[in-house]
Amino acid sequence: MLGIGRSILNTLVSVVLTFLGLTIVTFFIGRIIPIDPVLAIVGPKASVETYDRVRIEIGLDQPVPVQYWRYLTKVLHGDFGTSVITSQPVLQDMLHVFPATLELAFLALAIGVVLGVPLGVVAATQRGRWPDHVVRLLSLFGYSMPVFWLGLIGLLLFYAKLGWVEGPGRLDVSYDDIVPAVTGMITVDALLAGEYEVFANALSHLILPASILGYLSLAYVARMTRSFMLGQLRQEYVLAAMAKGLSGFRVVWVHALGNVWVQLITVIALTFGSLLEGAVLTETVFSWPGLGLYMKNSLFNADLNAVLGGTVLVGLVYIVLNMLSDLLYPLVDPRARDRK
Amino acid sequence: MSGTTMRGWLLDPAPHSRRQARFGRWYRAWLSFQSNSLAMAGLLIVASLVLIAIAAPLLADPNAATLQNLAQRLQPSSAAHWFGTDELGRDVFARVVFGSRITLTIVALVSAIVVPVGLGIGLPAGYFGGSIDAVLMRLTDIFLAFPRLVLALAFAAALGPGIENAVIAIALTAWPPYARLARAETLTRRNAEFVQAAVLQGASHASILARQIVPLCLSSVLIRLTLDMAGIIITAAGLGFLGLGAQPPAPEWGAMVASGRQVLLTQWWVATIPGIAIFITSVGFNLLGDGLRDVSDSRSA
Repeated sequence: MLGIGRSILNTLVSVVLTFLGLTIVTFFIGRIIPIDPVLAIVGPKASVETYDRVRIEIGLDQPVPVQYWRYLTKVLHGDFGTSVITSQPVLQDMLHVFPATLELAFLALAIGVVLGVPLGVVAATQRGRWPDHVVRLLSLFGYSMPVFWLGLIGLLLFYAKLGWVEGPGRLDVSYDDIVPAVTGMITVDALLAGEYEVFANALSHLILPASILGYLSLAYVARMTRSFMLGQLRQEYVLAAMAKGLSGFRVVWVHALGNVWVQLITVIALTFGSLLEGAVLTETVFSWPGLGLYMKNSLFNADLNAVLGGTVLVGLVYIVLNMLSDLLYPLVDPRARDRK
Repeated sequence: MSGTTMRGWLLDPAPHSRRQARFGRWYRAWLSFQSNSLAMAGLLIVASLVLIAIAAPLLADPNAATLQNLAQRLQPSSAAHWFGTDELGRDVFARVVFGSRITLTIVALVSAIVVPVGLGIGLPAGYFGGSIDAVLMRLTDIFLAFPRLVLALAFAAALGPGIENAVIAIALTAWPPYARLARAETLTRRNAEFVQAAVLQGASHASILARQIVPLCLSSVLIRLTLDMAGIIITAAGLGFLGLGAQPPAPEWGAMVASGRQVLLTQWWVATIPGIAIFITSVGFNLLGDGLRDVSDSRSA
């Protein structure tokens, strides 16, 4: 049990350090921007006195470590400054758009795991035969694919030509403002309100971007599952279980896959992080009003507070996911407890 | 020297010189690589890309890549314009061909930053160990936990759009795996007998790292680099798509996809063809990297 305590402490230390590192980077990005932050506030016609006063007000006369400390304190209080575009606190903006991104990423992850894990298992058991080749090719194409391009092709094919799904956006205009925002995820809110027509429309908007993002995670999950399973199937207990007369199906899907879940947790956590990133491009293609589109629009309006706020938020999710997978690992795998 | 004796010299189980042994080892690796058809396909794609980039002015008119000709805008594929023309009447084929130069430039620049930085951090960490190792690896872990595209986005936002800044942004988030790799390779070798021999001969730490350890790290670093290429190309294209990479009128593939977006439903080729170029290039690097890794695995096993 001492081992668990130490590994939790270790993980927490690295979480804190990583978060400090992240804020140092965003702090320096905020400082190296070529625009003079004082000029941005007072305008080019301000007198020297006004300029100096504002400069002191926002703390630019202080030494760099003091400025960083002020920045860090603000970030820890959830204060990312005010967005230039919306004139609202960046945190409020982000909380408003984040559920849309989460909705997209959750469904994409579900698609990736539900399809990717079985595909990886099948590929491993059929190693060197055609199902294996198909799965490997599918994975290879997945992680060689520029997601923004795949999104455009998907829109061209399934929306414009075939008409199977709805186009860009989260909802048809006629369905706007019918369901009250509870979670901010329209599909969930519609189900909670019992508005099935709204749900169907929202899902029809959601399914294409989610499938495209989901394909990328499927590629990674299937590849990793395959390689983990190959490792398991070589083990002697598999042979022993077979020799005892257990069915091949049971040995593969229950025994071997059961041992692989531990490693898959890390993969799935990392996949979720990369989905949040992929969302920046996917949301741009599908005009999906989530965090990615918010950051992209802020970028082109020189709204640095919003961009850096988004960077800290996504970075924080990354760090937390890494931490969770680190902490879960020894809980589910007794072997990892006493290591080190 | 005829072909058969050349082969015999290369495959000699008891090489007479260090040079013969080295060439022989490379030849055996090549033989094993050659038998992997997917890896050969990857090599073919990457080699073609390099050739296209070098011979670009012979394959297409350099002016056609940037010259606007509004009378000829959005033409479908024809004998004059194999891949049609874009919304400003520029030849899409010429732009794709010259775009290969931009892609390779980005890849080369990122590699030129990432490898020295990774080695510079990983080697001392593995070689000296102790608190140096702890500090350097903490730093690496911090950068490893950063969201790559988002950080690149923030950097590009602060430094302004452009190829150089896209390269810096990508490199900044791409180096940590190289530091870890270099550290791991160094750890397994720092107590090797040839290193001890060099110490006894009075070699300095710097000289041992540079002459004994770096050459042994390079092959795994190069394999990792090949495997990373696709990710670098896709991230760069993503930045280009968002308007943060190469600026117009440069024929960057990602930016070309973005400009074709407006006419996607009517003139599909403008956005589709540069995307295919990105995809094929990434597939090529992934296949090549997988093949190289398989060769090195079978050698170490």
